[in-house]
Amino acid sequence: MKFTIMINEGPYQHQSADSALQFCRAVLAQGHEIFRVFFYHDGVNNGSSLSVPPGDDRLIQKEWSELSKENDLDLVICIAAAQRRGLMDEDEAKRQGFESNNMIDGFRISGLGQLIEGGIESDRTVVFGD
Amino acid sequence: MAAKKFMFVNRKAPYGTVYALESLEVVLISAAFEQDVSLAFIDDGVYQITKGQNTDGIGQKNFSNTYKALGDYEINKLYVEKESLEERGLTQDDLMDLVWEDEDDDWAEKPSIILVDRSEMADVMAEQEVTLSF
Repeated sequence: MKFTIMINEGPYQHQSADSALQFCRAVLAQGHEIFRVFFYHDGVNNGSSLSVPPGDDRLIQKEWSELSKENDLDLVICIAAAQRRGLMDEDEAKRQGFESNNMIDGFRISGLGQLIEGGIESDRTVVFGD
Repeated sequence: MAAKKFMFVNRKAPYGTVYALESLEVVLISAAFEQDVSLAFIDDGVYQITKGQNTDGIGQKNFSNTYKALGDYEINKLYVEKESLEERGLTQDDLMDLVWEDEDDDWAEKPSIILVDRSEMADVMAEQEVTLSF
């Protein structure tokens, strides 16, 4: 079965960011396909490269980044939500005239149409939020 | 490919959090994909479409007029849960007059708001293929 996953909450503040990660792992372990993972609202913060939790805690963003590399996942961050919250990749930072960027490897920035396309193309769309 | 049934479920008040505003942004984008789109308003989400919203005191954009434009994008099924209204002391008179123009009926103006009770809402949700909840 083909899944699209939507994540609407940021890391640490809400369980849903962890639950989504665990759900994606379970989906893949059972041999299903993940068409796309779409990050919206504060969920865009799951793509930040600048999180430094205490050493004995999980680093959620890195776990996403690694899961993406291992499984060639399409992790998409909504551009409008990301711009509001100060999250940007290299190209977007340049375009906005910033010297630095803060998106971790494995994510890409795109528009809300990618979410709708995910809904159309997938057998199931699962939302993780508050 | 046949259009899919998309439902956007609005559960939060229009201000206080950004969920309602960002939900509306998704709804507007979805209109470009020619899908069968409907909206549900439950819990505090019913406040999103109340009349006479005024945000002067909180320094935020009043985006309530955007709901009036949904009909122009052929988004004309706005299911509002009766119990959620009642629990908040609201009636349909407190809601904006949201309409759409039916091109198959000489552009007659028709109401977009469909009042349903909780069990009817469950039935409508069960028919959906993609449900996004905000």
